[in-house]
Amino acid sequence: MTLLIFEQFLNGLQIGLLLFLLAAGLTLVFGIMDMVNLAHGSLYMMGAYFAAVFVQWTDSFVLGAILALPAGMLLGVATEYVALRSLYARDHLDQVLATFGLILFFNELARLIFGAGGMAIELPALLAGQIEILPGLPYPTYRFAIIAAGLLCAGFLFLLVQKTRLGMLIRAGASNREMVGALGVDIKLLFTLVFGLGSALAALAGLMAGPISTVQIGMGDNVLILCFVVIVIGGLGSIRGAFVAAVLVGVLETMGRAFLPNILGSFLNPSEAGTLAQALSSMLVYILMAGVLVLRPAGLFPAPGR
Amino acid sequence: MSVPASLRSSVSTAVALLLLAALALVPLAAEVFEDPFLLTLFTRIVILALAAVSLNLILGYGGLVSFGHAAFIGVGGYSIGILAKHGMYAAWIQWPVALLMSALFSLLIGLLSLRTRGIFFIMITLALSQLVYYLANGAYAYGGDDGLTILKRTDFGGLINLSHRPSFYYLCWALLVLSLFLTHRLVNSRFGMVLRGAKSNDRRMAAIGFPVLRYRLTAFVIAGTVCGLAGALLATHTDFISPAMIHWTRSGDMIVMVVLGGMGSLFGPLFGAVSFLALEEILSSYTEYWKLVFGPLLVLVVLFARGGIDGALGRGHGGILLGIIGGFFLLHGVHLVYGDDWAIPGALLLGCVALVGLVHWLRRHAKSGDKP
Repeated sequence: MTLLIFEQFLNGLQIGLLLFLLAAGLTLVFGIMDMVNLAHGSLYMMGAYFAAVFVQWTDSFVLGAILALPAGMLLGVATEYVALRSLYARDHLDQVLATFGLILFFNELARLIFGAGGMAIELPALLAGQIEILPGLPYPTYRFAIIAAGLLCAGFLFLLVQKTRLGMLIRAGASNREMVGALGVDIKLLFTLVFGLGSALAALAGLMAGPISTVQIGMGDNVLILCFVVIVIGGLGSIRGAFVAAVLVGVLETMGRAFLPNILGSFLNPSEAGTLAQALSSMLVYILMAGVLVLRPAGLFPAPGR
Repeated sequence: MSVPASLRSSVSTAVALLLLAALALVPLAAEVFEDPFLLTLFTRIVILALAAVSLNLILGYGGLVSFGHAAFIGVGGYSIGILAKHGMYAAWIQWPVALLMSALFSLLIGLLSLRTRGIFFIMITLALSQLVYYLANGAYAYGGDDGLTILKRTDFGGLINLSHRPSFYYLCWALLVLSLFLTHRLVNSRFGMVLRGAKSNDRRMAAIGFPVLRYRLTAFVIAGTVCGLAGALLATHTDFISPAMIHWTRSGDMIVMVVLGGMGSLFGPLFGAVSFLALEEILSSYTEYWKLVFGPLLVLVVLFARGGIDGALGRGHGGILLGIIGGFFLLHGVHLVYGDDWAIPGALLLGCVALVGLVHWLRRHAKSGDKP
């Protein structure tokens, strides 16, 4: 039982880390540019599609992944340059609407280019097996690799934001945009850089999620809503908050999905318990968010200066 | 080129009244052209226009960007569906329950979400509507995520037969007209003034001594209840309920309708719903990839045409609007003559033109020295 709980915790951690990769980019865009970007989920989807296509072309998972990252980043920068740049000064409603339009566009574009059926990403033999992380607990190598990669990225982001000059500018931009601009920093370039970074992280999340679930149209839409939940719980613009909230959300949802059917199954028949448990575990996350908003309206770790 | 305010609203009112009159003739047209699909399409349009009118009350007049309005469509629809499943078809049970339930849900959602503002309000309404969505997903007794077919429509006794499609259409039409009239009365009353005042400066309204939260909550509940009515009508129209009614993209569609038509104007949501759904219908007859055009179109509307259709009418841009509509139907005609070979290149061309226009606009914007 303890092993089972530990295994489910790892699954939750893995989902949470994927969420974190997405939410980190989103929360930076939110925090610095005060911009609601619904199209972030589309960048995740496109990243997964790029990976699927490149892996098929090159016949190598690593090469495909290496190619998909800059492709996702380029797409993000292009989107920022063409469509989002003129939206920063607008109110949130305009941003919601325009990026909603972008979701429609990207979903349809993916359907046109890649077809309506999903695509699968083949895993290399090295990652396809299982390893024994604890005596008596085999765990899929690939999921373990996701956890490792996610933690690595989180560490990298932490160092970037806390220890480098770019990170200092990002933090400064989050607390006072005008002031940073007045001090002679090219704020437009900074925005584009941050957006590119966020897109690359989204593409990374997409390509890592690809082999677990199929790559399909609209895969970004539901994840996007979860990411919003994550950044609202964590506090807008806070990477640390996004990390804690993402892991919390991932673990909560996975635990609910794993153990609620058994609990409900003791007084319902299996199929009914399954339906109800799935709905309940999805609801848990939103209930958590509503609770956090009522008790701490600015989130768990509000970014300073807002 | 400024049009006097009195004339501005009268142009929009005249167009809206013409549109409503034209809508009243739809069952006749469906009969004459022997096209039953026309009636189905327009029933849907009228019902969603009613939902958009309700959203406009809080979004347009109240300035509250609710990204979860589809929840109330779901609550209204599910009330009808669940009662029908248990064999209760009588109108005086179904309709009051549907209205009460949507009022109750909007009261709860409003109480929680109105404590927050700005971006958090958008997020929490979204999250709460997702809760309702998953609630419907988990309602295994009522179909879960497969949905539930309504076997028999609401029974109004001998009063009106909802299974007779033109009668049902006229009921929806009458409710739409009624909702427009009530909105007009409401927003021009003292209550509406307070609501609109809170939109432009809620702190000042509070300082003057108005309990802003209470006013907003009332507006939220009214909007939710009317939207629940639209949901009940929608469930009756399709004889089907499913969680898809509550999906968050539906909420997004409704915001699009309101903004496309013109926020905070009486007839805006009517224009918006009609043009949104007509556009959807026509574009999707060209190509299944219609959203490839519709998405950028939406971005363009947000960037260029603030104030939507109603605003364009008011600024005296009726000619441009007519030109756009004319061009659209010209293209539609080309499509009908040449068939589907043109569909995909045509859609791509339109998308490219939209993108080029966007970039061009951005360049001009940059030249005229936009300040950060």
